[in-house]
Amino acid sequence: MTETTGQGASAPAPTHGRDSGASRDGLVLRVVSPLMRLVEIPMLGLQRLLGINRLAWVFLLPNLVLFGLFAFLPVILNIAYATTGGDNVLLADRPYVGARNFVTLTDCASYLDPNSCREDKFWRAVWNTTWFVTLQVGIMVGFSLLTAIVLNREIRARGFFRAVFFFPVLLSPVVVALIWKWILQREGVLNAFLDWTGIGGYNWLVDADWAFGWSVFLSVWAHMGFYTLILLAGLQAIPRDVYEAATMDRASPWRVFRRITLPLLSPTMLVVLVLALIKGVQTFDEVYAFTGGGPGTATTFIIQYIYEEGFAGAPRLFGLAAAASLMVAGVLVVLTLVQLWLNRRSADG
Amino acid sequence: MTQLKLLGTTALVLGLAAPAMAQEIRFMCYSDGNECEVYDDVLTRFEAANPGVDVIVDVVPYQAILENLPVQLAAGTGPDMAKVTDLGGLNQYYLDLTPHIDTGYWDESFGATLDWYRVGDRQGYYGLHSQLTITGAFANATLFEQAGIEMPGEGATWEDWAAASRAVAEATGTPFPMAIDRSGHRVAGPAISYGAQYFDAEGNGSFAGFEPFAAAFVGWNEDGTFARDVWASQGGATYQDAAQEFINGQLVFYYSGSWQVGRMDSQVGDLFDWQVVGSPCGPAGACSGMPGGAGIVGFEQSQNPEIVAAVIDFLAQEDIYAEVSARTRNLPAHLGVAAAGVEFEGASPAAQAALNAFAADLADVSPIAFAYQGYAGNRAMFGITVERLSQAIVGELSVDDAVARMGEDLAAAMAESR
Repeated sequence: MTETTGQGASAPAPTHGRDSGASRDGLVLRVVSPLMRLVEIPMLGLQRLLGINRLAWVFLLPNLVLFGLFAFLPVILNIAYATTGGDNVLLADRPYVGARNFVTLTDCASYLDPNSCREDKFWRAVWNTTWFVTLQVGIMVGFSLLTAIVLNREIRARGFFRAVFFFPVLLSPVVVALIWKWILQREGVLNAFLDWTGIGGYNWLVDADWAFGWSVFLSVWAHMGFYTLILLAGLQAIPRDVYEAATMDRASPWRVFRRITLPLLSPTMLVVLVLALIKGVQTFDEVYAFTGGGPGTATTFIIQYIYEEGFAGAPRLFGLAAAASLMVAGVLVVLTLVQLWLNRRSADG
Repeated sequence: MTQLKLLGTTALVLGLAAPAMAQEIRFMCYSDGNECEVYDDVLTRFEAANPGVDVIVDVVPYQAILENLPVQLAAGTGPDMAKVTDLGGLNQYYLDLTPHIDTGYWDESFGATLDWYRVGDRQGYYGLHSQLTITGAFANATLFEQAGIEMPGEGATWEDWAAASRAVAEATGTPFPMAIDRSGHRVAGPAISYGAQYFDAEGNGSFAGFEPFAAAFVGWNEDGTFARDVWASQGGATYQDAAQEFINGQLVFYYSGSWQVGRMDSQVGDLFDWQVVGSPCGPAGACSGMPGGAGIVGFEQSQNPEIVAAVIDFLAQEDIYAEVSARTRNLPAHLGVAAAGVEFEGASPAAQAALNAFAADLADVSPIAFAYQGYAGNRAMFGITVERLSQAIVGELSVDDAVARMGEDLAAAMAESR
């Protein structure tokens, strides 16, 4: 007990007044010490009351409260909504329905055919999201790697090009969506150009396949810069001497890439891949502003489904939306666990 | 004498204290044109007549009325009053104006529209129908003239208009023959003309009889008669109109409603001649449009129900209502104002004629359409219609499957709302 008593107050006081730095420190301490004593008094009381081991919880409490309020409480509320029915927003007015919302979502003759599912819109959104994430992440990581490799070389105006690739990341998703909508709509810039060249325009956003394809493109364009930056940092962390050794051994550029760059970049690639996957599953705002989820349900992804069931439709099916969001959360948890497992495996060599 | 002194002192104290205790009424309002601006102006007179009352008109986007207001009301954090379009759907939150108004005057003035705000056993006086709308079609008369094709006349069917519009579009190189707003409300009139019943024998919502219209509409979207952009370029139940295409002269026949008159008047100007041609007829014999519009309601959760009722009653008075109708160029739901006729302020002869044509169309509105407008579950049905019909148009579902899904969606929605 005596060891801890007055720790703040017995901080080393300046003993050598000759050094100006030391005298400054002394001045600061003279100001701070009384304040620390003020804090010390209640802390000592708490320590006597709780014991030194439990005192740690007192220091953790502010963060725990914030974490509980903004992380745990929403999850608990989500579970509460997912297990209740009706269209009332107040939990007290919502009847308990157990797993009914989950049963509604998963009631399918064949999960591969949304038309055979009771909640066909959910399964269309699931499959759209699956395809979107697969294509978007694959293309984006590939292009990001390519861009990072090019931008890592001693090319002219390298700084300018780095800025150019990163610029779309700074734009709001709605701005990104509107820019591309103006370009791709029936009387947009692209069709004007195609008409001018004589090829002739096309109604891109009314065709389901094209609308989906353009959604992938838009998303890759908007986010590629961020992942390029991470990969660029990863590339720059690879020691130069490894490359010098390879050059001395007359290894071909492809062999250098395959045997040195890729293996040494793989931890960064893993981070990029998992981040892109998680962000891909969460895609909503830019595609919603771009196509509204159409044509039909061609670009409706899972988060839009949750939004529409819970907030945009009538009646507001909060229970169904909450159940769907818990299922998405489950997928994201699995993806995160896979990342942790892969990270650990790669760290263990 | 002592009593008089006491009264005088009390009145003086209250008078002095009034500004400090100003009663604030928040009115959540959206505008199709200039409605909120006009309400704000008109309500200054109410404020002048009622010192200490401050009516704040919060102008919000329409989307906020549809999406945010119901959540605010459910959470008990809504405004005192609002301009709404989900007339029956929000009934549970409405303030019953009965104790505060002259019900005889309201019955005489607003007649059947009062029922649109009533649900089940809540049969009081809840809403002032501030703007009456009716769906109907606009035709580009100049394009017909250029094509040398006569516009179909009185009693023409949807098929007649489709054939004529296609011919005009072909002759004039216009991209789109026809378009209809992407809205469940907008297709309700045509669907009724094709035989949709919208209610079962027990009076519950139903999509019985909707298939003939669905098949015709999907077919028209496939063969290019209708602009595919409107219904196929969006997802979910998102609203999309085709007014800009009509204004740009790219559309021959545009089915929307009376609220578009102001926009046509100001934006088309003398670029081309346009006219309101009402609602075409269908095989079921009806030539129905769909009534609608918006109303002003108060909410039970208001801290000042008497003042809210007084504000709404003030707006319901014939002279005020007539002025607002004239300045906002909306069709009046007030029977007295409608009977007296409205000189719409600043309206061109074309706009005045269009509004009169829409007003005349009210006589052709099917009783089903009137009932559907007042049905508490109509918003759910509108959304379901848009989603499933769009899926049929883009080929995700067959027409039969889409209509079957509409029925299932409605049953699920009603089960959750119960």
